[in-house]
Formats: sequence, C-alpha cells, structure tokens
Amino acid sequence: MTYLPKPKFRHPEIEKNELGLTHRDYEGTISTLCAGCGHDSISSAIMHACFELDLPPHRIAKLSGIGCSSKTPTYFLGNAHGFNSVHGRMPSVLTGANLANKDLIYLGVSGDGDSASIGFGQFAHAIRRGVNMVYIVANNGVYGLTKGQFSATADKGASLKKGTVNRDDPIDLVTMALHLGATFVARSFSGDKGQLVPLIKAAIEHKGPAFIDCISPCVAFNNHEGSTKSFDYVREHNEAVNALDFISERAPITADYAPGEAQMVKLHDGSTIRLRKIGAGYDVHNRLAALNYLMEREHAGEIVTGLVYLENDPGDMHDRLETVEMPLNQLGDSELIPGSAALAKVNAGLR
Amino acid sequence: MPIESVNDFVVRFANVNGSGSASANSMFARTVMRMGVPVATRNIFPSNIQGLPTWFEVRVSGEGWLGARGGTDLMVAMNPQTWDKDVASIEPGGYLFYDCSRPIPASKFREDLTVIGVPLTEICNREYNEPRQRTLMKNIIGLGALAAILDMDVEAIRQLLAEQFRGKDKLIEANHKALAIGHDWAIANLKCPIGLRVQKADSVGDRIYVEGNAAAALGAVYGGATVCAWYPLTPSTSLAEAFTTYCKRLRGEPETGKHRYAIVQCEDELASIGVVIGAGWNGSRSFTATSGPGISLMQEFLGLAYFAEIPAVLFNVQRGGPSTGMPTRTQQSDVLSCAYASHGDTKHVLLFPRDPGEAFEFGALSFDLADRLQTPVFVMLDLEIGMNSHLTKPFQWDDNRKMDRGKVMTKADLDSGRDFGRYLDVDGDGIPFRTYPGTHPTRGSFFTRGTTRDAYARYTEEGGPYVENMERLIRKFETAKSYVPAPLVEKAEGGARLGVIHYGSTAAPMEEATQILAKQGVKLDVMRVRGFPFPKSVEDFIAAHEKVFVVEQNRDAQLRTLLIAELGINPERLVSVLHYDGSPVTARFISRAVADLVAKIDPAAAKSAKEGALS
Repeated sequence: MTYLPKPKFRHPEIEKNELGLTHRDYEGTISTLCAGCGHDSISSAIMHACFELDLPPHRIAKLSGIGCSSKTPTYFLGNAHGFNSVHGRMPSVLTGANLANKDLIYLGVSGDGDSASIGFGQFAHAIRRGVNMVYIVANNGVYGLTKGQFSATADKGASLKKGTVNRDDPIDLVTMALHLGATFVARSFSGDKGQLVPLIKAAIEHKGPAFIDCISPCVAFNNHEGSTKSFDYVREHNEAVNALDFISERAPITADYAPGEAQMVKLHDGSTIRLRKIGAGYDVHNRLAALNYLMEREHAGEIVTGLVYLENDPGDMHDRLETVEMPLNQLGDSELIPGSAALAKVNAGLR
Repeated sequence: MPIESVNDFVVRFANVNGSGSASANSMFARTVMRMGVPVATRNIFPSNIQGLPTWFEVRVSGEGWLGARGGTDLMVAMNPQTWDKDVASIEPGGYLFYDCSRPIPASKFREDLTVIGVPLTEICNREYNEPRQRTLMKNIIGLGALAAILDMDVEAIRQLLAEQFRGKDKLIEANHKALAIGHDWAIANLKCPIGLRVQKADSVGDRIYVEGNAAAALGAVYGGATVCAWYPLTPSTSLAEAFTTYCKRLRGEPETGKHRYAIVQCEDELASIGVVIGAGWNGSRSFTATSGPGISLMQEFLGLAYFAEIPAVLFNVQRGGPSTGMPTRTQQSDVLSCAYASHGDTKHVLLFPRDPGEAFEFGALSFDLADRLQTPVFVMLDLEIGMNSHLTKPFQWDDNRKMDRGKVMTKADLDSGRDFGRYLDVDGDGIPFRTYPGTHPTRGSFFTRGTTRDAYARYTEEGGPYVENMERLIRKFETAKSYVPAPLVEKAEGGARLGVIHYGSTAAPMEEATQILAKQGVKLDVMRVRGFPFPKSVEDFIAAHEKVFVVEQNRDAQLRTLLIAELGINPERLVSVLHYDGSPVTARFISRAVADLVAKIDPAAAKSAKEGALS
C-alpha cells in the first residue's frame, strides 16, 4: 500500500536516541509484502538495531538483488541511499560501492533464491574477498514473487502447498559462509526479535564479512504443514547455541553470570557482546568446531541459531588491498592525476 | 630478381611459442627505430603458452606507413613446424634466413629465393655448454647475423642490450659477445648486405613505441579511475595488468605507500561489471577491461547501468567472434553488441580510438564522458591496437585539465533547498542530477533500481512517467553527440564524389590505401568516425557523396548497419568493404577491394582513372 503516505504525526514523548532521532527516522515507505511476512520482521529488526546504535541513517548504504527480500530496503532507512540491483548480483555491486567509500556501512539484503541459486557465486566471492558488510539472507526456501517454487535452500523431502516434494539436497548458507571465510556467522529466525536485533547490531559493528542467515517464513507459499521453513517448524526445531546481549561502549554491564556461563567478546569499535552460552561448551571462536556442531545438529534435525562463529579483528578487503585512509571517491585531481611531468618520464621509457 | 629495397620491406620471424625469441625480435624492431626508420610490428600468436607456432612481423617503412602491408620479403624461418607454409609465403624474389646446422633437402626451398643459412645451433653448441644459454643466445647470435645482412647499426643494438640488462654487467657482456659472434660470422661468410637494407634516417621523431592496452590503462590512470574490476580474458588481460603496473608507479600515497586505487580480479565478468557499477554509483571512477565474451556476460548489468544511469567505463579489446571465436586474432565485430547491449531499448556511447595514442586520450576522456552522461561508455579497442606495440605520438597532458564529474549535487546544494529529482531533467539536455550516497542526513537520498520510476526515483509502473523517462534518455543520447570525439575528414584535392567511412585500427592501412588509390586516379574523401552516437557531420558527409565505402573488420558490416539504423541512410549509398579473417586489414586489401568496387559502380570513371594513372 505504498500509495498511502505514512502519517507524519509523532507523539511528543516518543523515544529518541543519542542523535535525537526517533524510530520513525529509521523507517522507509510502507511495505508491500504480504501481511505477516517474516521479511517485515527483519526490516523492523534492522531499524531497531540502527536506532539503538545511534547510526545516522544516511551513512548506511542498503543494497539488494531481486526478489521479495530484495524489495525490503525500500521499507527501512528512508534517508539512506538504496540500490535494488540485479538478481543474484548484489554482492558485486556492494563490493564496488564499498571499494569507493569505506566510510559507509554496507547492508546487503538478499534471499535464498538470490544468494543460494542465481547468486551463489557472487555470495561466495564477496565473502572470501573479505568485504566489510552485513549480509542478511531472508531465507524462506521458496520463490515468492513468482508464486512458490522451491529455492536451493529448501530441505530435501519438504513439500510445497500443492504437494510437490523437493528431491534435491539443500544448500546451507551458514556452513558455506564458514567455509568461505566469513568472520561473523550467525543464523536467526525472523520470529525471534530478541535474538535477531543484537545479532544485527553486533554484525554492523564487526569489521569484515558478517553473514546472517535469517529463516523468514513465507506466509503465502511456505508456512504449511510439511514445510521445514514454517513458523511452527522453526520454533519446534530451533536450537540456539547462545543468547546475545549487545553492550555499547558506554553502557555498563549489569547482570552477573557465573564463570563459564557467559563469554564477553570485544568488537572492533570497542563495544562488547555478551554471549550467554546455551550449547554446552560451545566456543564461538572455533571455526572447525562450529562446522562440526552445525552438521551434527542438522543431522539430528535441529536448526542451529545464534552467533555461530566470530573472529576478532579480522581486517577487511581494504586492508588486503592496502587502500589509503581517505575514501577513494573523495580523492581529487591532485591525488589522482600524475600530471605532465610524470607522463614525460613514461614517454621517455617508451622510445 | 632478388628484391632490392632500402627502408621499405617486411621481415617475418617464424618462431616456436616460449622459445625466448620475443625479446630479440622486439630488439630488432627497436634497433630500426633507433636508426630513425619507422616500423610497424605485429605479433601473430595462437591461444597457447608453449610449443605452438608464433610469428613476429616487422614492417620497415621509411615513408612511415604503420598498417600491416601483407606479404613477407625476408622470412626468418626458425620453426620447422611451419617451414613449408613460411617458405611459400615469401614474396617472389624474397629472402629466406634459416639455421643451416642440419641439412634441409633442396626440395624444401624455392628457386626464386635468396637463401641465407647461418649454422646458429652449431655455433651455440660450440660456444656454450648450458642448454638454457644455448637457446637464449641463439636468438642474439641470429640478431647479430641479421644486423650484418641488413646493414643495421650494431652500436644501437649494443645500446639496447645495455639498457635492457642495466645493472647486470655480466649479462650485458655475454649478450654483447653473442651479438658479435653472429655479426662476425655473417660478415666473414655471407654477402653483406643483401638487397634489403636499413639506412639511417630521421623519420621517427619523438614518437613512442607502446601497446594500445598499456596506453589505455595509462589513460585510465590519467582519467582518475580508482576502481578496476576485471576477469582475465585475451586480448584484454594486459590492459588490467598495465593499470596495476602504472598505479604502483604513479598512484601510491607518498607518505604511507598506500594505494589510491583498488584493483579486484573478479570471479567472472558479471561480477566485474557489478563492481564497476557499484563503485560508479558511489562516486568512484571505475572501469573494466574485457573482450566480446565478457560483453556477452555483462548484458543484464549494462541495461541496469543505462536505465539507472550509472557511470561506467568498459575497455573492449575486440577479438574474433562469435563464441570463443579466434581469441588471439583481431576483429571489429562487437560494434552492434556494444551499441545496443542488453534487453529492452538501450543505446550506449562508443569511442573508437585508432592507435595507442588515441587509446590513451580516449581512455582518459571516457571517464569524463561517463560522469557527464551518467551512462556506460565503451572504449572500442581491438587486438591489433591492444596487443601490438605501435609507433605513436608521445602522450600529452594539460596540467590545467580537471576531472569533469558531471551533475552532482553536494550537501550545500541540497541545503540551499534546490529541488532534487534523481531523474528530473532540469535544463533540457536529458541529464539529471545525482547525489553520492551519504551526502546529506535528510535530503538527496534515493532508491536506485532497474524497475521503472518517476522523475523523483519513486517506484511506479505507470505508462506516462515510463515513456517520459525513456524519451529523456533519448534526449540525453542526443546530447552525447556533442560530447563524443568528432569525426575527422581527409578530403581529396578538389573534393571527391566517392567517400570512405572507417574507424579504429583501420586508420593506418586506410591512409596508405587512400594514397595508393590516389596514385591510380581514384579520388576519395575519407572520414574517420571516432564516436557513437554519430554527430551530425557524419550524416552530412554521407549526403555529400554519391556512394560511401564503409571499411570494417567484421563480416556483417556492423558500423554500416548502425549508420543505416541511426541516421536513416538509404542502404544503397553505403558500400561495404569487409575484412574479417582475423588478421589486421592491410592497405593492399583495401585498395584492391575499393578499386574493384569503383570499377563496378562507375566503370567510366574507373577507366579514365586508370588511363590517367598510366599516362
């Protein structure tokens, strides 16, 4: 219902963050997705995370591919530039944007069709290249805009509404991201805001490729019995490895936990996340163990959620490319054009 | 009769890929240039790293013709694999230089040729013990012998060797010795010089000798490019590699050594153009280097860049198509696939440089055009320009020149309350204003998308705003006509009824062909098109001539098609001259083809031209 403008009315005592902005300043236009769509919950979680982190919306660039999930950037952060690119190609466009200006926050929103099928290659390469970004896949196992075909993340044996059964093996993007070198890997569920918001906040603060696979049921085409991406199914099989509290640098840590119950993890900007361990002995810094754990639990029919893997201070693509401090898009003639004297020397070497 | 010629002949080196001959061959060419005599050189090579035949052609041209001539006067036959064909390809009365260490049956030679045998292997085996040295020095010994038979300046070669191995005295000494061995042997055992000779002249001037790909890459540096995304693809690879080399040299931050550029070798061409578009959207000048197959893969993204109006530069180093085609041969066969790249109604700006000099010039210019027009710009090189070194005028730069970033609204503009509509035509040229992401907290943000929207970038599927937007894109394309480099015209004395249109690497052979035809009495006005969309002058030129020959290096007369489609020209007025076997078009080919066509089109004129030429 985008033809309806959002009312501008605001309650005088509406909550404001450090920038003096309200939640409304983090919104976009009204969503055109189906009522009850999990994707809208993800948009909402993104708005909450940015509000709570006191981020100026215009310093965020939101990029997406094509599909229901990729439409969502219109529905949050209206003061941020957005780019709804080509199906499956958000990662390359985001990579280029990031190369041009490393000072912005890059939010890539994609879906399971966009990232696991048509864009599987670009998903892989943006991660292995170490692009500093938050890459969220709204994962519902089906193509929504084309009315309910299986995507590559659909589980083997899952059935569509009309009874079609998926015979192919699924691609697990979390396992893939771990293999490919993502330095922040998480899975969450659009129905669990308490878990999702702190994960997004931590992912934003993380400098490096941060990947969040967010299971986000499709109420129109994949929320029935027999689906393994339905609200009910995910709730029943959700197995959280940890619970997350995001603590900004300024906020004091209040709750007390017995040693071994909580793990404090410093992030790049000095803020901290507190991981309350649920999975016994789960070590968030062990990539190999994470892979083992995921495959083991998956075999047992569980869906592992939470912060699966985190590497402290991994560096990013710009560190690897040794680019200058100033964003490349702000370099001027004097920095970029070597001039006629340098050219004369080049000429001299070509005779 | 053996061919007799001073400063006007073609030498062809027949080699085995990977035998280390390239360096000695290039030194041969550079020696001629150091003697003040222009050369035109070409690599003819297969899609292979080691073992298959390659050729290096050096056209010595005192008159300064830089196109391929065709034919070979002196064959340096070092590859037994291609011996028969090589021998057969020599002009009547030509020369055959070979390694006579092992006997070759008399039936393998031709009676009309002057055969020059030098026992290169035998000499090497006598002089050197190490196999590697034997191979490498064989090339230098051969160079010494060639210098003797062609009367070349040995001191110039010694100098070049000293420059090449600067700081490695032992190597210089060893190479100088090998050179002398070859030279001395030839003087003692052969008739020196032969009928072909290089004589010192002063015709090279301050020109430089450089590959088009390197020149285009340097143009990108001077054009202010900061992001290069690419995927290895012959014959474009050396462009991205040269950009890397020049950036290392010219683009480091002095204080820190850090890079004022980012180069990403992508996983494929789709990602390359995606990165370029992302960077362009975010205000960096960015480009990719590719060839036909890459352009095919980039189609969907090119439509996005056209429709969402994002600056991007593509260097297309064209090769033989379709499909994998002839990866190591030259063609101009991507004209249409670039001009109309992507689905839906699209049109793109093309630039056609003639040689490395213009590859540099247009390379730098393309970034201004892409920013000014907010659209992809294609620099249409080809393998002939890109992967061969050519003599060209020195690169020049005006230090007062500034990057033209086009219509960009700043924070101050937005604060002043100026109306911002991303796709709003404010002054009739069809070009809207844009903002870079992150510019202003509350103004100037917009959503970029490939779907339709109104002038304020708001999503809409209404027919009205869609048509309005498409019409504006046409206005913008009209505007582009005044920005692309204008065509250049060479008029025949007193003007001509017949015209020629050509572009890109056809320029050098076309100039020579025009002179050959003029000597035969065929008068032609010649226009070299340098950019698309075609400026009005192209239309006027065609209108002013009875017939216009369109000389191209593709099968389907692609530029002719573009002229007909875009200018509404009657097809009968445009007569094709097409060369597309993968070798660069030659003056001989053009002049013969045009002369034949003139005879058909206008027998009376052709006859009187012939008589005029004879009398």
